[in-house]
Amino acid sequence: MNCTEFLANLADYFDAKTAATLRSELAQHMDGCNHCHVTVNTTRQIIEIYRNNELYELPDSIRTQLHQAVLTKCAELKDNKKKTKA
Amino acid sequence: MTSSKIERAALEPMATLTSEEKEANALHPDLLLVEKVKAGDLSAFEQLMRQYDRQIFRIALHITQNREDAEDIVQDTFFKAFQKVNQFQGNSKFYTWLVRIAVNESLMRLRKRRSQKTVSMDDEIQTEEGSIPRDFADWMPNPEQNYNRAELADILRKTIQGLPPGFRTVFALRDIDGLSTEETAQALGLSVPAVKSRLLRARLQLRERLSRYFRVATGEHAQ
Repeated sequence: MNCTEFLANLADYFDAKTAATLRSELAQHMDGCNHCHVTVNTTRQIIEIYRNNELYELPDSIRTQLHQAVLTKCAELKDNKKKTKA
Repeated sequence: MTSSKIERAALEPMATLTSEEKEANALHPDLLLVEKVKAGDLSAFEQLMRQYDRQIFRIALHITQNREDAEDIVQDTFFKAFQKVNQFQGNSKFYTWLVRIAVNESLMRLRKRRSQKTVSMDDEIQTEEGSIPRDFADWMPNPEQNYNRAELADILRKTIQGLPPGFRTVFALRDIDGLSTEETAQALGLSVPAVKSRLLRARLQLRERLSRYFRVATGEHAQ
């Protein structure tokens, strides 16, 4: 297995979706290839860091405004449908 | 896929779930709420909004990179979901269906901002060249600890914003939001191999860009 083949299977490797034989081939490649070993470790770190840090917070005050605006439109739509039926 | 294709596909039933996934989906608590919404229950709809508004906002912001647009997209996405709820047939998770609407709304918003230029998930996606990482430096064990919360958030935001929209959206859905590869493909109207390819390239590009902050220090970390 070369590095390109290793990288092509990286997504499945992280999802633990690879078959046992392929997983063993990937592990074997990683043992002998510092580049791919580092790539796996740092990729794992990237995912963890992005998951653990909320970059875009939606403040509660804005949430409440958004909910009210949507619910008002939904209620109007519901009323209009009722009127059309009547 | 272009935004118009996604728009058409967003509301179409999806029959790509396995029988096990369909069974799990049938038991999903969202479905009970959705049935109530179909019967006109606004409080059930509010519950769904409370459950998913933050994620929808985050996805919209990842795509548009504009806070005001993202707030509008949250409104438009949920209102459209309410309008079209009868078209939701439970062939996918309700959240995946919602994300498809949000992605479509976000792409339309981007297109408007870019003076009617067509915007799609394929924008700025380059060839396979450059997939192999050039930077092989290892990182510190807990590199984020070298920065305070605000500094770190700034680095992470700037870095992900530098990716093409098609890459950062796949990364946001798959790695930040935790959707499966198949759900990400459904939500974006992409094939599973396309999602895997974009995810790989997004991760590798992020890795290269973040290395200057997180790599093992040889003296002091780069700024």
